[in-house]
Amino acid sequence: MSGYILRRLLWAPFVLLVVSFVTFFLGLYGPGDPVEVRLGQRYEPELAERLRHELGLDRPVGQQYLEYVRKVVRGDLGESIKFRNRPVAELIFDRIGVSVQLGLVSMALSLAIGIPLGLIAAMHQGRWLDTAIVSTTLLPSAISVFVTIPVLFLVFVRTLKLLPAGGWGGIFDVHIILPAVTLALAGTAGVTRMMRASSLEVVGQDYVRTARAKGLPERLVVGRHILRNALIPMTTVVMLSLGSLVEGAFIVEGFYGVPGIGALALDSISSRDYPVLMAISLIVALSFVVANLAADVVYSVVDPRIRYR
Amino acid sequence: MSSALPAVEESKPPESARSRHTILRRLVRRPVAVVSLAVILVIYACGLLASVVAPYDYRAQNLEQTFQSPSLQHWLGTDRLGRDMLTRIIYGARTAAVVSILAVTLGTVLGVVLGGFAGYFGRWVDTLLMRVSDILFAFPGMLLMIMIAATLRPRVTAWAAALQDSLGFKGLVETGYIDYVVVFGAMSFIGWAGMARLVRGQLLSLREQPFVEAALVNGASAWWIIRRHLLPNAMPQILVSVSMGLGGAVAAEVVLSWLGIGVQPPTPSWGTMIAENQGMLRFYPRLLLTPALVVAVLYLAFNLFGDALNDALNPRSR
Repeated sequence: MSGYILRRLLWAPFVLLVVSFVTFFLGLYGPGDPVEVRLGQRYEPELAERLRHELGLDRPVGQQYLEYVRKVVRGDLGESIKFRNRPVAELIFDRIGVSVQLGLVSMALSLAIGIPLGLIAAMHQGRWLDTAIVSTTLLPSAISVFVTIPVLFLVFVRTLKLLPAGGWGGIFDVHIILPAVTLALAGTAGVTRMMRASSLEVVGQDYVRTARAKGLPERLVVGRHILRNALIPMTTVVMLSLGSLVEGAFIVEGFYGVPGIGALALDSISSRDYPVLMAISLIVALSFVVANLAADVVYSVVDPRIRYR
Repeated sequence: MSSALPAVEESKPPESARSRHTILRRLVRRPVAVVSLAVILVIYACGLLASVVAPYDYRAQNLEQTFQSPSLQHWLGTDRLGRDMLTRIIYGARTAAVVSILAVTLGTVLGVVLGGFAGYFGRWVDTLLMRVSDILFAFPGMLLMIMIAATLRPRVTAWAAALQDSLGFKGLVETGYIDYVVVFGAMSFIGWAGMARLVRGQLLSLREQPFVEAALVNGASAWWIIRRHLLPNAMPQILVSVSMGLGGAVAAEVVLSWLGIGVQPPTPSWGTMIAENQGMLRFYPRLLLTPALVVAVLYLAFNLFGDALNDALNPRSR
């Protein structure tokens, strides 16, 4: 078990190295000559030569990559092209908190809806309630945010005039309601399905039959024996979605004008601000790798029956 | 020996045909599956036959007839440049169909071949493949796709233009077909890994089955076993994954085009239509909702069909 985690721990930095290698090369050479990209209209041969030297682009590629890694480790993610001379790290850390707040609220919402629904569906497996729950949660999630966003907007902003159209005011502000609900709608079906599946696994176990046989009230059978055990696999789901919090939100952030990292990514795509885009990719991949690792570790801690080899 | 082998072969086709028949019958009995498949086929057929089906030219503007509501002339109305919405939806279907079919075909072929190798030969081939796919999975897929499309699109377009000049042909860059290449290239680059893992897993469990051992004892070659025994048995899972994959590819194309790094205007894509009409949501929600609903319906159809197919293939797993 500790050997498994050790191997995973050693594997993670290697994955990150490859990730950084890809972001480095795509960011620097993907769009064409980086000097031309930076100078754009103001291109002049002497200016280009000086900038090439300043950026260290006249050095061997391997050396450039090592320099890049050294900087990243120290927290220096380069400078933005669009926001002149602002460090990318600063831009990102200004906004990552907003995305995390939005992500946590929407995840809490989809867990609060999905876990009870999944459990109820499993307890009524094969009957109409099961079918109704599975299909009604599937609908809003399979329907893309491109539909849920305008529909929510038309209903709650334009017609009922209950909610503001966009903006951001922190976690206890009305502005968070629409983006959080949109994201939660997209995530609920996954939670419900997972919860239903893991509850079904537990329902068939011997200890559940024993609990019923010894005359335990159904309330306690469900609450103590089924729910608790069915929640174990859900820890993985929660950990994994923590890793993709930032990634999932860029469309929603863009539409509602939430100043998070997703909106920054959108902005960097449209303004061709590659250093920012690459830094975001690196950070998102980092959180992804860490979340995957954490999911395995947490899983084995929560459920001592799991033994990795 | 040599006489026993053909006999075994002769007895096999009817059996697999019967099981295929059973699967088809189970599928047809589900209205959800039939309706989903019909929706998918109609949209793809319209898309691939766009130049025949579409009532107008997708570039034709009519500035005297902007923002028209649906009418007999324009079933879905017109947009801010007076272009027929139905026509643009149909040409958007062409983009979605071409890109998703190419991406899924390439991803599936790569995945099946590489996963087949890994699953059958095991050892270092397997280890290498699993590690490479581990790394691909370590990237958040959508973001990797965005990175590739955003950074490599200018490059690929420039290469294609240079290629056109040196070879003296035309039409790849001007028609926007090169955008299709960028988008489906980025998708299949990521898509193969999931398929490879699936095929590998299937083969690993199938390899231990008695009928494979029997074929080995009969002296069948590796290629024969893979083609005759392993792939046909893994086919159901592959089909489910293809159905889901097509839906995912459609959604990915829409997102990339919405971001402005996929298919470029004036070539219609549902993603660019959504982006163009986003600002008019308050006044003309129809212009945004039409393409968005088509995307949603198609995506839902692929998922429901994939689910139904899965249920029909494994009736006990429900």
